[in-house]
Amino acid sequence: MSDGKPRSFQEIILRLQAYWAAQGCAILQPYDMEVGAGTFHPATTLRALGSRPWAAAYVQPSRRPTDGRYGENPNRLQHYYQYQVLIKPSPPDLQELYLGSLAAIGIDFDYHDIRFVEDDWESPTLGAWGLGWEVWCDGMEVSQFTYFQQVGGHDCRPVSGELTYGLERLAMYVLGIDHVMEMPFNDSDAPIPLSYGDVFRQTEEEYSRWNFDVADTGKLLHFFEAAEAECGRILDHPQTDPRTGKRIIMVHPAYDQCIKASHFFNLLDARGVISVTERQAYIGRVRALAKRCADAFVETNAGGWTESKAEIVWE
Amino acid sequence: MPDLLIELFSEEIPARMQADAREALKTRVTDGLVEAGLTYAAARAWSTPRRLVLAVEGLTGRSPDLREERKGPRTDAPEKALEGFLRSTGLTRDQLEARDDKKGQVWFAVIERPGRPAAEIVAEVLEATIRSFPWPKSMRWGTGSLRWVRPLHAILCILTDEAGAAEIVPLEVDGIRAGDVTRGHRFMASDPFRVTGVEDYQAKLRRAKVMLDHEERAEHIWHAATNAAFAQGLEVVEDRGLLAEVAGLVEWPVVLMGAIREDFLDLPPEVLQTSMKAHQKFFSVRDPKSGRIVRFVTVANRETPDNGATILHGNGKVLAARLSDAAFFWKNDLAVARAGMGEWLESLSHVTFQSELGSQAQRIGRIATLAREIAPMVGADPAMAEQAARVAKADLASEMVYEFPELQGTMGRYYAEAAGLPAAAAEACETHYRPLGPADALPDQPVAIAVALADKIDTLAGFWAINEKPTGSRDPFALRRAALGVIRIILGHDLRIGLQAVVNKQLLVHVMALNLDTAEEREMFVLEQMVDEIADHGVFGAAFHAVLDRLAHRGEAPEGESPDIAEGSWLARMRKRLPALSDDLMAFFHDRLKVHLRGEGLRHDVIDACLSMPGNDDLTLLVRRAQALNAVLATEDGENLVLGFKRANNILTQAEEKDGVEYSFGADPKFAEAPAETALFAALDAAEAAIGPALAREDFADAMAAMAALRGPIDAFFEAVQINTENEIVRRNRLNLLHRIRSTCLRLADLTRIEGA
Repeated sequence: MSDGKPRSFQEIILRLQAYWAAQGCAILQPYDMEVGAGTFHPATTLRALGSRPWAAAYVQPSRRPTDGRYGENPNRLQHYYQYQVLIKPSPPDLQELYLGSLAAIGIDFDYHDIRFVEDDWESPTLGAWGLGWEVWCDGMEVSQFTYFQQVGGHDCRPVSGELTYGLERLAMYVLGIDHVMEMPFNDSDAPIPLSYGDVFRQTEEEYSRWNFDVADTGKLLHFFEAAEAECGRILDHPQTDPRTGKRIIMVHPAYDQCIKASHFFNLLDARGVISVTERQAYIGRVRALAKRCADAFVETNAGGWTESKAEIVWE
Repeated sequence: MPDLLIELFSEEIPARMQADAREALKTRVTDGLVEAGLTYAAARAWSTPRRLVLAVEGLTGRSPDLREERKGPRTDAPEKALEGFLRSTGLTRDQLEARDDKKGQVWFAVIERPGRPAAEIVAEVLEATIRSFPWPKSMRWGTGSLRWVRPLHAILCILTDEAGAAEIVPLEVDGIRAGDVTRGHRFMASDPFRVTGVEDYQAKLRRAKVMLDHEERAEHIWHAATNAAFAQGLEVVEDRGLLAEVAGLVEWPVVLMGAIREDFLDLPPEVLQTSMKAHQKFFSVRDPKSGRIVRFVTVANRETPDNGATILHGNGKVLAARLSDAAFFWKNDLAVARAGMGEWLESLSHVTFQSELGSQAQRIGRIATLAREIAPMVGADPAMAEQAARVAKADLASEMVYEFPELQGTMGRYYAEAAGLPAAAAEACETHYRPLGPADALPDQPVAIAVALADKIDTLAGFWAINEKPTGSRDPFALRRAALGVIRIILGHDLRIGLQAVVNKQLLVHVMALNLDTAEEREMFVLEQMVDEIADHGVFGAAFHAVLDRLAHRGEAPEGESPDIAEGSWLARMRKRLPALSDDLMAFFHDRLKVHLRGEGLRHDVIDACLSMPGNDDLTLLVRRAQALNAVLATEDGENLVLGFKRANNILTQAEEKDGVEYSFGADPKFAEAPAETALFAALDAAEAAIGPALAREDFADAMAAMAALRGPIDAFFEAVQINTENEIVRRNRLNLLHRIRSTCLRLADLTRIEGA
């Protein structure tokens, strides 16, 4: 990889990976489920909880069914990529680290106007909120920068710093592309050059049609309810596994169901079958699942639980 | 007299919070200093996105020594009393002095509080201020527990003496130690530097590309923006809120003006303006000749070698993407509008207005029916008013209003025009929301007025019917604003509306809708009949009576059987509840009217005097009466007439109470003894002859003048005669004459409510 301007979408991703790896982050892989944003990855949602330090970065494919535009809108997609960084506790120089990542993808601060504009983040479905900014580069929102204060109704102690880059938008800006579908995915000098459109135009069309008009709302509703029920059922199990005799709280399997419920809700929303009042009720149901998962996670080792803590509680 | 300089250096502070934060820093620190015994000459606070700064000039170097003497118990008082005194003073027995007092020897405590150096006090006050700072939202970061609006990185806190030497105030808050170092602009001059005082700080910051004074930044931005626009024959659309916000987003403002792509210039100017402001905090630049928005102004936070070309290019691209969205919404919306907006109206039946009051579509239906009924009262065509009301809220379902809720109404007009609806309906779409505040313009076309009144009255009646009234400062549905809107529209257009009948009818409509599922059919039937009766009778009591009467006599109830109206039945409860609701809502209108008229300079007792007259639900009439009364009370005759009236009323009331009779008839001039008495008879005859016709033509000024003319004769009468004479016939005649004074005056206003006279 060379210095100077990146030449393709994938080069920007690779540079971000290299940069955050150099800052000591574990470079994780995308979570293998449909999520609405990188925050849903358990490496963020769950790992922001508890006292154990954490530093991870990853690409997360994200789906927002209502944003589908059949691949025609220059910058709206129902499937897109987020780049996500979570560091706990948030280091004092997180803003500088972040700016370093922009420099790494070729943004020259002598010529560009970078601004931190108030944007408090809240995820009603995750019962999470934090304070921070949207970061503007020449008026373009290129990232979301958040200090997590609560997740799943739990206070974050210590506080995690979360960075989210909307990769397509950021890359289009850096590469000077006006329509996302025209963006070079790999290097345009490659033997087989591929544009973003070569990779995703057809899928955007297919999913837009399915999301808006074809998805079976009856089934989706059923899936939602099944996922909701399964999440609860998993967490209702006693902590001790009868087969191994070990203490195994099945947070992640339960949280998978929470993710599913959230995605089914998004699909139902895109089909336009959820009224304003019902909407709040559905969000509340997903939040209840997220809350239970968060409650369970802080009871696990990864969530900072130790035998000694358990003893203190026991006394 | 040292100067104090404080800088709290943090990550970016939200622009909207900076003004309050400056004020809080200044107040809390200076209050704390004064409380601790220091004084100061002047204090000023500034802010940038990254710093909150306070300069206090002419601070005293130490707080004064304090000496306080306190008298305690007698030396021979019980031990307990002495212990209590020692506890309260914090001294020991050997520190007390025994002194001779009138009653013997008494313990005295002399408490000395030596003054403290300013630095020590500043350190305490600043730490307390930081730890309890009133940010609207604050956060923790890292592993710490300190809360600040965003991570706090450094505290600069120095005291500078007259010779210019700076002393760092010893202070540490959660590991942040105060110093004398700060930094400049994040990108243009980020190296740290030391400062020795306020002037030095400001000068060095400016060299480091930070304009400290928020007002200077705002002025600079406005000046540069208007200059750039003027050079091209254009003007910047003024927006003070946006200016303050943008000034709070930059430390080194650089104004750049850019073009809007040709193909977006067809978008409504309101859309351009709203989109640019909401998403990008751009100012709009208008061509004064065409009124169209043709350029934008953005404010960057730095100078660049290419004079902002890259920044402007980037901003232009973002704008194009945003406006593509807006154009997409506009295009889709126009298609729906041109097809008659049916799609939106249909979808509004799935949108809840309020859980008990049903969907937006149901609400629109109610408003449309009501607008049709109000139309004749405001000079509008009923069919047109209904049609306008049916589409007035259609834009709530449009994509543009979903994206920019503040464009509701504005888009409604465009879409109604696109749908080919008459101009009056399009106008109503836009202006029926008005007035939005005490200073907002009123709707001024009859159809729009009918829809505006129907909308507001339906909302008020609905929330009254579900018992969601405003309490204290809580008014989540802006019902006070709705009531004031109704009042301002009626008064502003001199409308003659019997508000009570309209309100009653709409309360009934809501009560029926709310009980549709639970009430029996025959009970509903009664309420349905009532809707028509209300039009005739206006008030619930009479309407109920009429309907029940008819049912009893003609057996009009469906299915033979009459509904249950016995004590405790649903209808009996409604019979009580509906008038109570109605009175309560009218009282709410009257309260808002009083507040409104007080603002116009009308005394509250004058309003009360007119409110107790019949027909007080005709607000225009009520106000005319009040204004005429107010005017006449300002004259000497008027003021004294009230005195005369009260005197007459008091004497009469006392006599009636004493005698147990009502003196209400038969004053006869033939029993008049004094000339003044005869003259009063004549004056009352003349006044009554004038007042009747004046009232009939609603000329309150004339009527009040006729009343005021009684002042001389009444005064002369009281001067000349004794009411309670021994001649019983003459006494009774005079009391009856007093009654004529009372009844004549009370035809105009309830003068007993006038205060002070």
